[in-house]
Amino acid sequence: MIEQNLVKVGMADLNIATEGAVLKTTGLGSCVGLTLFDERSKVAGMAHVMLPTSDIAREASINIAKYADTAIPDLIERMKKAGAAADRLIAKLAGGAQMFAFASQSEAMRIGPRNVEACKKELARFSIPILAEDTGGNYGRTIEFSSISGLLVVRSVQFGVKEI
Amino acid sequence: MNNPLHKLEGFKLDVLKEIGNIGAGNAATALSCLLDKPVDMKVPTVSLIPFEQVADKVGGFEQVVVAIYLRVEGDAPGNMFFLIHEDSAKKLLKNLLSIDVQEDASYSEMEFSALSEIGNILAGSYLSSLADFTRLSMSPTVPAIAVDMAGAILSYGLMQYGEMGDSALLIDTKFMEDRESLEGHFFLIPDPDSFDKFFNALGVPTE
Repeated sequence: MIEQNLVKVGMADLNIATEGAVLKTTGLGSCVGLTLFDERSKVAGMAHVMLPTSDIAREASINIAKYADTAIPDLIERMKKAGAAADRLIAKLAGGAQMFAFASQSEAMRIGPRNVEACKKELARFSIPILAEDTGGNYGRTIEFSSISGLLVVRSVQFGVKEI
Repeated sequence: MNNPLHKLEGFKLDVLKEIGNIGAGNAATALSCLLDKPVDMKVPTVSLIPFEQVADKVGGFEQVVVAIYLRVEGDAPGNMFFLIHEDSAKKLLKNLLSIDVQEDASYSEMEFSALSEIGNILAGSYLSSLADFTRLSMSPTVPAIAVDMAGAILSYGLMQYGEMGDSALLIDTKFMEDRESLEGHFFLIPDPDSFDKFFNALGVPTE
């Protein structure tokens, strides 16, 4: 992928891209890389969601990009301001792995699948269809999302590169 | 609730550093015995660092590492990682088992098992010395191993901190055998609620 106008999205961070810029987030483990795209206005958004719900937040002032239930509404708002139409948005998801399978005894450790579930629930609330996903498994992923094509490139150590 | 870590003063950090020292010192001795070679250990660093920078300690979010992870259970729970770069892991296997590991081939069952056992021994000696010193009960779970991006692996140990803020307290010790040829990192990421347990156990007032 051509590295023009790369917009980096950090952990527990979100951002939008327009005019051909590419959004990228690295080393997704149990976090979920959620992308939204409006084909017509070519506005793309990406959130690196770390935890399912802000109900569990013990922060003094919460970082809205961190939780599925706060990141998604914020991302939609920012995309609307950039010219996207809420009813044209489509979503793609990657990540939500369970890096260490044995630790699955406790609910807290099943964080990857819970993040995916929470993202889907939130997308359903806004009636945003999920076009593709590459979630689960026990491996890390790096993703790049093009605001020209809406193509999501998923890279992993074990399985190389795939496009969804 | 505010992040309790922000009010850690200098001398409390020193206590945590000492906790790293005691545990890692024993682990380094164990590694040195295993390899039958001297193993150097850097003075542990204790730092409250932003999530984004945690993986920088081992070469960045996308750096592929071999990671052995154990959950610490008991009085002061937390997460423990032993991380080494792939070339160091292969050297370790070579030194230890005289296995002539194939470059860039995936790991065999036996190699994985050997690496997990190394992690297990090191973590075990780290924890038992720490438990002796603090008189807290701490036991490791069975080790899990992964070869993957450092960011994906370490983020797993940061979840508990995620509820409180965007940084985590990390006790990091670097090991070196034969200068730079074999480099490993030991991360102890105590759960946020474990700090008071450590301070109480060591007689540090926590107000």
